[in-house]
Amino acid sequence: MDVDAPTIPEPNSDPESADEAIGMDESALVDDAERAASDTEHDGHEHGLSDNRYIVIAVILAVITAAEVAASYVDLGPAFIPLLLGMMVLKFFIVASFFMHLKFDNPIFTWLFYTGLVLAVLVYAAALTTFQFWV
Amino acid sequence: MSDIVADAPEAVEDHAADHGDHGGHGAHGGHHTSLGLSNTKLAMWLFLGSECLLFGGLISTYMLYRNRQGSGPSPDQLWDIPFTSASSFVLLMSSLTMVLAVSAAGRKDDRNTNLWLTVTAVLGGLFVAGQVYEFTTFYREGLGYTDSLFASSFYTLTGFHGVHVSIGIIMLLATVGMVAKNRISGDKAETIEMVGLYWHFVDIVWIIIFTLVYLIPA
Repeated sequence: MDVDAPTIPEPNSDPESADEAIGMDESALVDDAERAASDTEHDGHEHGLSDNRYIVIAVILAVITAAEVAASYVDLGPAFIPLLLGMMVLKFFIVASFFMHLKFDNPIFTWLFYTGLVLAVLVYAAALTTFQFWV
Repeated sequence: MSDIVADAPEAVEDHAADHGDHGGHGAHGGHHTSLGLSNTKLAMWLFLGSECLLFGGLISTYMLYRNRQGSGPSPDQLWDIPFTSASSFVLLMSSLTMVLAVSAAGRKDDRNTNLWLTVTAVLGGLFVAGQVYEFTTFYREGLGYTDSLFASSFYTLTGFHGVHVSIGIIMLLATVGMVAKNRISGDKAETIEMVGLYWHFVDIVWIIIFTLVYLIPA
């Protein structure tokens, strides 16, 4: 039984086209390296808002601060402390998310910071409870 | 042709090393962790985490002792809310100027970077001056450091915060000098960003202190 022998492609006898093929492979590898590098650089400084947006955020923070101060002069009854704490937390998150770039950075930083913060709050809440602070 | 094939992997490796790769040197000379994060930034966030614990302890202690005034003056007799609000506004605006400095550093605009860093330091200095004025006023009105648990916890909490602001001012001025003399090795924008993280944290702590200490009545 005759079996067709597998055909072996003939070596490219044209050195210029061979060099071109190798150059294309090399440039593809270089492109991949550059793409990976730009992904790494994105973790650095090419994120965040424009300067005008930062100014808008600062104005929002100032308005919230003014609202906090105004609330301290008005009799809001039992709603006063929750309202103040709410505004405090809002300002906290705005500064952390936008000014500290947590919103635009790797999510690991957000996890690290807020996990630590929550743990600290729980620890100190427990400590205050032992002193009957909430009674 | 065989030389080109042999040299290609090395050429690619050199190119990748120059432009950054995970787990090695970053694009601008900074070191990256195996997660692709900046070591410097990770260290700064961990440091800020430890600062959360420090200030958490000081704030909790103040909240516990705020009603233990003894025979001394109480908060409602001492606090000058309009003055402290103005101080808070100054520190808030310093956060804005700090983020503008970071933004300028990202654009490699050294002139504006230094301008905004200097303005931030000046605003921080204004805030510290306001704190010093407040402390001296309270002392004159009868609130000495050891007079009561309320006094000790208040001065310790706000004093520690003031020291942090002062250290931040020194860092800002040092950074201005280093940027001016081009003495920052590695990633300049990242260095400014690290100073910015510290400064914003100091502002965040004041946001909490201002509300819990000054606005919420004892």
